[in-house]
Order: sequence, then structure tokens, then C-alpha cells
Amino acid sequence: MRAFEYARPTTVDEAVRLVAERPDAGFIAGGTDLLNLMKDGARAHDRLIDVNALPLGDVVEADGVIRIGALARMREVAEHPAVLRAAPVVSSALLNSASPQVRNMAAIGGNLLQRTRCGYFRDAGSPCNKRVPGSGCPALEGQNRLHAILGGSDQCIAVHPSDLAVALLAVDATVLTQGPGGVRRIPMADFHVVPGTTPDRETALAHGELITGVEIPTTPMAANSRYLKLRDRATFEFAVVAVAAALDMSGNTVRDVRLTFGGVATKPWRSLEAEAALRGRRLSGDTIAAAGQALVQGAVPREHNAFKTDLVQRALDGHLRDLGGVA
Amino acid sequence: MSTEIRHIGVMTRQPTAVESDEVEGPPPSPWDVKRRTVLKAAGAGAAVVGVAQLTASCAAPFDTPVVQADITLKVNGADHALTVEPRVTLLDALRERLDLTGTKKGCDRGECGACTVLVDDRRIKSCLTLAVMHEDQAITTIEGIAPENGLHPVQSAFIRRDAFQCGGCTPGQIMSAVACIEEGHTGSADEIRDWMSGNLCRCACYANIVVAVQDAAQEMHR
Repeated sequence: MRAFEYARPTTVDEAVRLVAERPDAGFIAGGTDLLNLMKDGARAHDRLIDVNALPLGDVVEADGVIRIGALARMREVAEHPAVLRAAPVVSSALLNSASPQVRNMAAIGGNLLQRTRCGYFRDAGSPCNKRVPGSGCPALEGQNRLHAILGGSDQCIAVHPSDLAVALLAVDATVLTQGPGGVRRIPMADFHVVPGTTPDRETALAHGELITGVEIPTTPMAANSRYLKLRDRATFEFAVVAVAAALDMSGNTVRDVRLTFGGVATKPWRSLEAEAALRGRRLSGDTIAAAGQALVQGAVPREHNAFKTDLVQRALDGHLRDLGGVA
Repeated sequence: MSTEIRHIGVMTRQPTAVESDEVEGPPPSPWDVKRRTVLKAAGAGAAVVGVAQLTASCAAPFDTPVVQADITLKVNGADHALTVEPRVTLLDALRERLDLTGTKKGCDRGECGACTVLVDDRRIKSCLTLAVMHEDQAITTIEGIAPENGLHPVQSAFIRRDAFQCGGCTPGQIMSAVACIEEGHTGSADEIRDWMSGNLCRCACYANIVVAVQDAAQEMHR
């Protein structure tokens, strides 16, 4: 690991300044992903600004919103009574992430910024357009069983790994930031970006811009939300396919719905097409199947990951039947 | 991270007495050298290579950037003052600087759990965090859990239930189990498996580990 300077400021203004003024500076919160990337040579900083002394750790509910401080740990958020009640999909996604130790360490802001688990990205000896722009993408024709079928480009098909981000997208959350240009509110849908021709750019954040919190509006739909994660082993593993669903029913009819997906796309993936196939319709095996087909309409499967096209539709079917009480 | 540096140090140069403050007295003959002595001496030697010498004043917190930090770690109830580069993980500080080698370095990537310690009574992976981030926190390692005469109930249960073979993962398993029991995640064997999943055992003693945790949980909650 490259040597770096370290500081632990006590104000957000100071933390932002210390990163913004130097191109290779970065923030560290929990450190659970960042330190691995730095050890593996996938990322190098010459200055790390420890944000753990900033007053950003609280989870509060007020005025129809749950505000989660960026430094709240995964465990605290997963166990928080307001989150459990008003956005159970978030709690479930967190409890199905990482290990108990990492959930005690990893912060909510950092969770949204974790980097892909693509083996080519993590191996400093491989070409990777995300790590070294223009160097190529071995995954396109290589080992791509765990890669994306949605949102990819001819430069990158790496999957975004965060369960939390998929859940937050399903409850219409907003990311709060502060940067050199002031404070911003970024809807979750706009926070992560698809790779396109710039796979090294993964979020809407500018250099030196710090996530200060996440807001979840408390709605009837968010209160009726659930997470399903399918993976290669029962626990402590990333998703092969994940579905977050939030459902607002009127009798047997879907009044409103959010359907978001992990494990299949280059960013936390919301399918407006799948939602449209259900909204205003009776929830049934047929309408759920139509939603699944709409979801994978534009899918681009590769040599080893074609199974995800079927698996994500079956996951959606089982999950929506459970959540909506359809036999 | 420091593993590579350390072995380069062993191969290319002997640390001087000035550099290796943890090696006392005359150099041991080759036949007396213990593995730990070699590793520690080389580690101390490598630590000064290529680092600008600028040490922080003790003004806490570090409000201006530093490349070396004077910190105090509170481990098992005792304060330890040390100067570290910011890139030193908590795990390496415990093992290489404080000689608390009970905490094991397995994967150094947060996957195996051998480095599990408690910070303010919560279990964490000490390889995934920096020593400099843990001033003013109570750190507990495997060396700190037993009463003065005897063993912690989890230690006893691991022996009684034969919950290990090589022992490499055992300190981490035990620290994780202590926290798992405190958290109340021992309601069933499945729950224990889920909440102990951050600790891998290459000897695959999982069945006995689960029983040992059940045993200890009963004893501790009695």
C-alpha cells in the first residue's frame, strides 16, 4: 500500500476542503472496502481524510422522513426500529450483506460507494477500463458468470455490489452530500451511473464531495417492502440475483410498485418497464410474468451469465407472490 | 500490505539496532533466531524506508495531515503509546508493535475473520481498519478475555467440544463467539451459523464450533 497522509477533522467543511484541494486525496469511514482496494493496488491515495469524527452518525425520524447519517453503521441502521417499521427492505438488505464484523464497521455512505467485485477490476495485473481507462475489459469474453446482463457497455459489464443501494432505490431515497460547491440532494436513481464510455466514473459525486446522509420518505409502499437475495452460499456472499420490491395494493390491484434489482446490472437497477406492467393491474402470475419479461427486454447475456435472465424472472415471480399474497 | 515489505527486508538487509528497537541485546546466532524475531526485526527495519519524517504533535484529533502519528491504543485495559504510519492496520499494530500475536493474520482482506477483535465491545476485523483510527476506544484481544486464573467460558467450551484442529482461526472464532453470545444471536444452530459466518475454518470444525458456542451461551446466560 502506498504511503499517505492522514487527518481526522471535526467539521464537514474542513474534511471537504482537505480532499478537494488534492487530486489523489480520499475519504475513509469504515474502510472495509477502501483498504482492500488499496492493499490490492486497485486504488491509491496520497492523503486519507478520516471522517469518523464528524457528527454524521445519527438515525432520526421526523416529518415523514427517516434521515440516516452517513456514518451510521450497517448494523445500527439494520436494527433501527424506524427502519424496521417504515422501510423493512433496507433492514433486510443490510442484514443479508457482508458479515457481522463488517456490519459493525462499514458506514452507510461508504456502502453506496463500494466498488465492484469484478475479479479483473480487483486484480491490478489485469486490464480494466474501470481501473485504467482504455486498457480493455477481459470480462466481455472472459470469466463473466457474475457479471451484468443489464446496463453494460462494450467497455464494462461489472456488477454494482451494494444490497443497500438496491433497497434504497426501491423506497425512493435521496442521497445528501456536501462538496466544494455546497450541499446537494441527489435522488438514488441519479446517484449511480451506467459505465457507457466512462466506466471509471460510477457516481454523480464530484471530487471532494462527501455523502452526509440518506433520506427515506416514510410511505405506505415503503412500509410494505421486502428484499430477496440469491447467492452461491447461504450467507456472507454477494448477490447473484437480488430483488427489492415495494408494493402498495388496493384490494387485488397494484396501486403503486417499485421493483429494483441487484446482481444483474452495472448500477442498482430500477425497471420502470416492469413496474408499468403491474401498475393499475391485478397482481397475478400472468401480470408478474409480463413484468419479468419487460425487465429483461434489453438484457445482453454473455457466455457464463445467461442463466441470470431466467433466474431474475423467477426470483421476481416468487418474491412478488410472497409480498402480494398471491398463491 | 506490510507482508511484502517485510520479506524484502528479510532478503536484502539486516535491520540495525537503531531501526529495530524491538530487538534487544546482541544479534542472536542463526540457530537461535525464532520466526517471530526475524519477522519483527525485518518489519521494524522496513517501516522507515521511504517515509518522510514528520511526526504529529499530540494535539488530537489530527486536524492537519500527518505522515507519522503518535497515538495511544488502549488494549485489554492498558494504554500503549506508539508512533505509526497511518497505513498500519490495527491488526499489524497489535501483532508487530504490541506483541499481541494471539490475533491472527489470515487473509488480510476481511474474509477469514482470524483477526477479529472487540472495539468498544463490538466485534470487528482488525485487518480492515487503521490503527490510527482507534484512539480513545477500548480494544479487546484474545489475550484480554480470560480472568486472571482460568479461561473465558467460550475458551473452555472450545476445548471441551474440540472446536478446532490447527488453531489458526481459533482466536478469531472465540472473539467472534464472545460477541455473538453478547448480541443474543445463539437461539438456534442455524442462527449461530449465520452470525458466525464471518469466521472461516479451513479445518472445517464448524459442527463442533456451533456446539461450543451453544455450550458457552448457556453458561454465560445462566
